[in-house]
Amino acid sequence: MEVLDRLRVARGLVARPRPAGSPTTAFFIFNQKGEVLISRLYRTDLKRSIADVFRIHVVSNIDVRAPIITMGSASFFHVRVNNLYVMAVTKNNANAALVFEFCYRFISIAKSYFGKIDEESVKSNFVLIYELIDEIIDFGYPQNSETDTLKTYITTESIRASPAAVEESSKITSQATGAISWRRPDVKYKKNEAFVDVVETVNLIMSAKGSVLRADVDGHILMRAYLTGTPECKFGLNDKLVIDQSERGMSDAVELDDCQFHQCVRLNEFDSDRTISFIPPDGEFELMKYRSTSNVNLPIKVIPTITEVGTSQVTYIVSIRATFNSKLSATNVVLRIPTPLNTTTAECKVQNGKAKYMPAENVIVWKIPRMQGGQECTLSGTAQLTATTHRQAWARPPIDVDFQVLMFTASGLLVRFLKVFEKGNYHSIKWVRYLTKANGGYQIRTISNVWMSFRSCLVMCRAIFGRKGRTTSGASLIPRN
Amino acid sequence: MSGQAGQDAKFFQRGKIQELRAELHAAEAKDKKFVKRKTVLKKIVANITMGNDMSPLFPDVVACLGTPLLEIKKMVYLFLVSYGRTKPDQIQMVIPSFLQDCADHNPLIRALAIRTMSYIPLPIVTESLTDPLRHALKDRDPYVRKTAAICVAKVYMADPRRTERAGFVEMLRDLMLDANATVVSNAVAALVEISERHDGVAFKVNYTVANKLLVALGESSEWGQIYIMDALMTFIPQESKDAEFIADRIVVNLQHSNSAVILTTIKVLLYLMNYMENRKLMDYICKKMGPPLVTMLSSGPEVQYVALRNILLIVQRRPAVLKNDVKVFFCKYNDPIYVKLAKLEIMYRLARDENFGEVLAELQEYASEVDIDFVRKAVRSIGRLAIKVESAADQCIETLLSLIETKVTYVVQEAIIVIKDIFRRYPGRYERVIPTLCENMDVLDEPESKAAIIWVIGQFANRIDNADELLDDLVYNFMEEPTEVQLALLTAVVKLFIYKSQSDTSKEIVHKVLKWATEDVDNPDLRDRGFMYWRLLAINPANAGEIVLADKPPITTDSDRMDRGSLDQLLLHTGTLGSIYHKNPETFIRHSKAKALPESPALNEKSRAVLIPLPPEALPSTVINVAGPPPNPPPRDQATAPPPAPPLPDRPRPVSNVPKVNATPATDSAGELEEAAASEGLLDNTDGGGEGASDDEGDEDLIGTASATGHAVSDPYANLDGAFGTYISPESSSGQGGRRPTEDDDLLF
Repeated sequence: MEVLDRLRVARGLVARPRPAGSPTTAFFIFNQKGEVLISRLYRTDLKRSIADVFRIHVVSNIDVRAPIITMGSASFFHVRVNNLYVMAVTKNNANAALVFEFCYRFISIAKSYFGKIDEESVKSNFVLIYELIDEIIDFGYPQNSETDTLKTYITTESIRASPAAVEESSKITSQATGAISWRRPDVKYKKNEAFVDVVETVNLIMSAKGSVLRADVDGHILMRAYLTGTPECKFGLNDKLVIDQSERGMSDAVELDDCQFHQCVRLNEFDSDRTISFIPPDGEFELMKYRSTSNVNLPIKVIPTITEVGTSQVTYIVSIRATFNSKLSATNVVLRIPTPLNTTTAECKVQNGKAKYMPAENVIVWKIPRMQGGQECTLSGTAQLTATTHRQAWARPPIDVDFQVLMFTASGLLVRFLKVFEKGNYHSIKWVRYLTKANGGYQIRTISNVWMSFRSCLVMCRAIFGRKGRTTSGASLIPRN
Repeated sequence: MSGQAGQDAKFFQRGKIQELRAELHAAEAKDKKFVKRKTVLKKIVANITMGNDMSPLFPDVVACLGTPLLEIKKMVYLFLVSYGRTKPDQIQMVIPSFLQDCADHNPLIRALAIRTMSYIPLPIVTESLTDPLRHALKDRDPYVRKTAAICVAKVYMADPRRTERAGFVEMLRDLMLDANATVVSNAVAALVEISERHDGVAFKVNYTVANKLLVALGESSEWGQIYIMDALMTFIPQESKDAEFIADRIVVNLQHSNSAVILTTIKVLLYLMNYMENRKLMDYICKKMGPPLVTMLSSGPEVQYVALRNILLIVQRRPAVLKNDVKVFFCKYNDPIYVKLAKLEIMYRLARDENFGEVLAELQEYASEVDIDFVRKAVRSIGRLAIKVESAADQCIETLLSLIETKVTYVVQEAIIVIKDIFRRYPGRYERVIPTLCENMDVLDEPESKAAIIWVIGQFANRIDNADELLDDLVYNFMEEPTEVQLALLTAVVKLFIYKSQSDTSKEIVHKVLKWATEDVDNPDLRDRGFMYWRLLAINPANAGEIVLADKPPITTDSDRMDRGSLDQLLLHTGTLGSIYHKNPETFIRHSKAKALPESPALNEKSRAVLIPLPPEALPSTVINVAGPPPNPPPRDQATAPPPAPPLPDRPRPVSNVPKVNATPATDSAGELEEAAASEGLLDNTDGGGEGASDDEGDEDLIGTASATGHAVSDPYANLDGAFGTYISPESSSGQGGRRPTEDDDLLF
């Protein structure tokens, strides 16, 4: 701490006393080298040079062990996205969840404005970004951050400050502060359509012995609404929100552990009679998130057999089976099978797809473009190991599977209805799609004495650090009378 | 709009003031659509970003204000926000332009003008802002009013007294009743900020206003909901039905997709629950809080981290919230390390008879990962699990033994440290594993693990037939060992001597060590403890045996749990930095106000009984580290507050079976003083690595009962990442009416 204090003094960062509150004091964007791309100070208790502290302690630190660090009186919150650091500083007991949610929101706004967020897009739009962040944070307090509304008055086109714009501006301001800040009133479409995508991400941790340690589903219901006017929507699922664990298994409805809604959904109505009713934003948004842990249908089963042959070889037999209905199929199936760190070469045989050893990542990557329901595929392979004197510590990584299954939900959730009411009384077309996928969270642990034997090698090296004194052999117990 | 990519990257290069000025002047001519001026201004903004001082361009940039282009105006305003404060003499020339904008027809321009002016905290600007701001607070356009509300907070920071005199605070209060929810939420945000200033006005919401705010809550943006709920924290329920009514109204916000809204809702609910009576409602609320907390674990890793640190606090105070959900805390292989560590801390706390098997299997899995810190904490958690769940102890010991077989040094060391605690928790059950531990003595190179094995050998010296040999080896480097190990050795050899007083080896060892400790060592703790043992043995070896080998108080994981008063206080900061560091904000943020549950007739008796009163208003200080966190005793000032020296009885001379020591007069006279210091040392000894009740071993051996230890933490950051070192030992708060929490406490009230 002393060192830090001195650092602060040296850099002139000793600030005037400030009260507690909960807002952000400054907002920065850094590139990977730690160069400042955006810096906006909302309060006078910090100097621009605070960026140096962040650069030293986070950007140039290879072992950052928390997304929040406190240095002296300043706390730094950062989120990494592509090659950027989005960083907020505060000098008080900030609402940490709010700061991070704001950073996430900024990232999504930037994506919506520029198509992507990376160093190039930030640099290319820095003036616009300043304009945006001045609008969405005032004095550290996040303000209206609905992209749809922002786009009506913060644009890449030049606006003349002319009296003609006044009427338009009043419309904007009433929308930006209104009760339905997420929707403009004057939306018009020739064809009224609404698309509902139910996207489920399955998380699985399966033990090496094949028992399911944890299986759950993160569901997202995404909606793209292209509807005229101010439509009132009602949405229904075959769900049942389980609040008390003892109520489980009481009906055939899909049990959800929790669900959360976009701010357009009237939570009071949901609370009283479980109806999901809302006026949707125009275009794409996430209507609902949910979580389910009971009766998860695992679409893909993996059975690995990994054996050590002597000390120079490891053999693999990995079977994968699609457990769902044969009318459906899984696409983009990718298995990542870890190999020991001292692997020299690995050869694999597969009937379906392609398998390749990636030495840089120490994995065999097995890609299967398409798997029909009920189908089973097998990989057999061998990894050759070198005999090494010095072994690196290595935690047996799990086998990781990625895949996508269309028109399948692991939770069993289905959309029952989507009704649209609008005073124009137009006909609207609704489309529903289902997708279940795994994305880095579908893991099958591997165990084999191979990995354990690596660890014991570690000890050999440690033996060097014996005590200075005489060595002691074990102790024996005197049997108690 | 969205498709159109910007082209501004080329402006990101360092420019010279002279060149930029020349370019700006050149742009005045033949600049039809102001393209040239826009370009130069962009270059200037890029240079501000890169940290180049552009302030010399002040007059030139300000000259651009005449351009009727909003984009240019915004860039000039950005320039003014960056440098205005440093140019009090030149700012005057901008004010007429500001005032003109303040009266513009376009509400966006009006708002922009007051927003920009309020960012420049110069008296001259603030003064000219007074009138426009007063108008803006009553503007017909809600956008201008919501901007003006925040402006009041800004000018208050610059000059509180002037702002109060101008009546802005009262106007803000009126805005709380505004028809527009966004205006209301910004007004309360400003009021909360003003009230949290140490010299600010008080802001308390009464029941009527709280109800009005609840109406606005439903119509607010997600951020607005947070500000309104923060304001509800200032509401003091006078009757429990008031608290219940408000809780019932906000509980729906737990279904919001924004994690900050959820955590803030939980903060308010946890606060209100201290004032409730309706058991059923409280049960219901507890059940409603669990699922959204778990859902946050599917959010980004940063939010997961915030959620996990808060969950750790919440489950200690309200175990009902997450009692069935241990599986969700299992680590994914690719979780960031900070998420893994935070999950690990929660896992053993949720373990019970029914699920310890799963938890143990996970912990064993983690013990073979790469990250050393994570592995060590996983091993440590296995030990805590054994201590917490009695039926798990057998399997935990088996697991620990299998981990010792891996021979990975840090795993072995950590395992031995926790096994020592398991011995203490279940005396007489697992001593059979001692030989295995001793076989691994050679790999122990850290003080804590060495001290642990030494304690084991000393404690069970009667059951280890070669204990004297082992200790003889261990004392070989006595003088070079760290204090922690020396203290352990000293106690262990005394125990050995008491067990085996007939053995010549043990006599020799104890003599050797006592002599070193009393004559050669500089550390007063060690020396005094040495003297004490010596005298104990000299006066009456039989009594010494009873004292040194007295039954030790059992240890439990209850000491890992913060006491309820501190939790109640910390949970007032749910979701904030304080809740992540598990420290009250006033301990690490200067000038922040301490918070406590406010007194009211509705405050439930148990919460009141453990209430930690607010410290009296301290004088403004310039030092951050003024006081330790209230639940801890304040750092002891050794120099100014020595405890009264206990009167010493006649100094006994070493006699009989203890070989004589040539105590010189010099050491004798010094002894008297040190004796006094020693008794304090015994009470105050935290050995640097003390971790609650389970580690103050040596002390207990000496004085028979648990001494009041407290962590004299003077550096608030010292323990920020100490996953297992941050717990406050329960004794420390006993003076304030706290008591040890136990597992089966009814924590609903």
